Amino acid sequence: MSTSDTAVTNSAEATGLGGDAFAIETFDLTRRYGDLIAANQVTLHVPYGSIFGLLGPNGAGKTTTIKMLTTMLEPSEGTASVAGFDIVKAPARVRRSIGYVPQALSADGGLTGWENLNLSAKLYGIPRAERKLRIEDALQFMALTDFGRKLVKTYSGGMIRRLEIAQAMLHRPAVLFLDEPTIGLDPVARRNVWERLLELRRNFQMTVLITTHAMDEADELCDHLAIMHLGKVAAIGTPADLKTSVGPGATLDDVFVHFSGGIIQEEGNYRDVRATRRTVSRLG
Amino acid sequence: MMSERPGVQLAVSAEPSPVYAFFQQTAAIAEIELKKLIRDPTEVLARAVQPVLWIVVFGNVFSRVRAIPTGNVSYLAFMTPGILAQSVLFVAIFYGIAVIWERDLGIVHKLLVSPALRSALVYGKAVSAGFRGAIQATIIYLVAFLLHIQIRWTPLSIAGVFVGAALGSAIFATLSFIVACLVKSRERFMGVGQLMTMPLFFASNAIYPISIMPHWLQVVAYLNPLTYLVDALRTLMIGPSQSTHGVGVDFAIIGLIFVILAAIATKLYPTLVR
Repeated sequence: MSTSDTAVTNSAEATGLGGDAFAIETFDLTRRYGDLIAANQVTLHVPYGSIFGLLGPNGAGKTTTIKMLTTMLEPSEGTASVAGFDIVKAPARVRRSIGYVPQALSADGGLTGWENLNLSAKLYGIPRAERKLRIEDALQFMALTDFGRKLVKTYSGGMIRRLEIAQAMLHRPAVLFLDEPTIGLDPVARRNVWERLLELRRNFQMTVLITTHAMDEADELCDHLAIMHLGKVAAIGTPADLKTSVGPGATLDDVFVHFSGGIIQEEGNYRDVRATRRTVSRLG
Repeated sequence: MMSERPGVQLAVSAEPSPVYAFFQQTAAIAEIELKKLIRDPTEVLARAVQPVLWIVVFGNVFSRVRAIPTGNVSYLAFMTPGILAQSVLFVAIFYGIAVIWERDLGIVHKLLVSPALRSALVYGKAVSAGFRGAIQATIIYLVAFLLHIQIRWTPLSIAGVFVGAALGSAIFATLSFIVACLVKSRERFMGVGQLMTMPLFFASNAIYPISIMPHWLQVVAYLNPLTYLVDALRTLMIGPSQSTHGVGVDFAIIGLIFVILAAIATKLYPTLVR
């Protein structure tokens, strides 16, 4: 960790949120598991209020990167700050400033939508006086008002995802992380999730970072993309820039082939496939 | 409507006092676990069958054999607190399965990315395990009542037994939680869980007094938390003549064991998502 990075972090902490120019800033972020380098010198700059996509096949290092940025995993090397707070030195502050929707099912099926939201509200320290209003707001925003008192195990896949996003935004985080937010959803439900995310950004200037391996999602939703391949950032830019850089008439698929030398479905080990299929079957 | 409140509204929470946060978050976790338990009590009810069988079948047969010296107390009365401790152990020791299940979903990830104190997450689970222990105590009292087993029925002893059962359940659930954090998969957990249960049960004073054990087993029994739980429950249910250590010492030891286990579980919990 270099001294200049430390200085940036300290000044950001002194000025509080928004002290940095970027909502997420990483420098050479690396994570090793034994010999395997799951994330290799990932350097990213995500401006406040933007929707940023980490694009790549299973096993490309997207989830590892998100785990480091959400303080679940300590980096082996490199630095990162989220909402102005260093992920290693001030993980508690990072956690207060972010919302997170994991790829796997995280809403509790044995509870109602309301109870799930109420749990989040309590864990995030939202004062009692505000809880009810916030929960009602969030349910309405996600078009779940009529289902708040129903058990989540009776929800459809799209409703579960919307509830999970509602849980993650209840405390109005500066940065929202979503790991494969639309995996296993039908086209209508996917579009619905995209619209909610765009509105969150519009209403609250929320910064959104998603991982995806769906090209259409990357194209329609994201302002900026980083294409990851074998743990590294292979290319970075706006969807339009990336396409132009490859050639006239190029699609994001072409971009991906160009930068990774492969097609998107290729990678991923048994565990990734199992996890993905499980999620799909639970949400489906 | 949210859209009527525009503007940057960043991270809300002024950091609350850690003590308040700890109790609030512990209560929040315990509350949802209790809600789920009430909605689907199948597991708890199914687990009530085992202690009933132990007392009705095993207990009745062994009281006829009169192989185990229990002084002037009937064997049935002697073993009743032991079977309560055993059923508390059996209910709690597989608690870790639920933790692994929550990890295979994304629930553990969601909890660990929240600003909730890790210790509160662990204590919340322990409190909910405590409820399960108390339910087992209720069942044992019911059986004792129906079979006219000679135990004490004073309010103070009953209250003490409920606290002991809850604390015992919290201990073994937290131990199970630690194992879950170490093995991380259901298949391995089932193996290890089975492996722990029988030694904990038989190397204790649950169904026979320590005095009749071979010396080496006595040493093991004194290292076993279940021994102190049984000693406390037996003293409360039958009388001070049954006590080896005294209820105060028993509770101090099991309380201390719980605090240590909870501290270890708090340390290990975040490794579940790495």
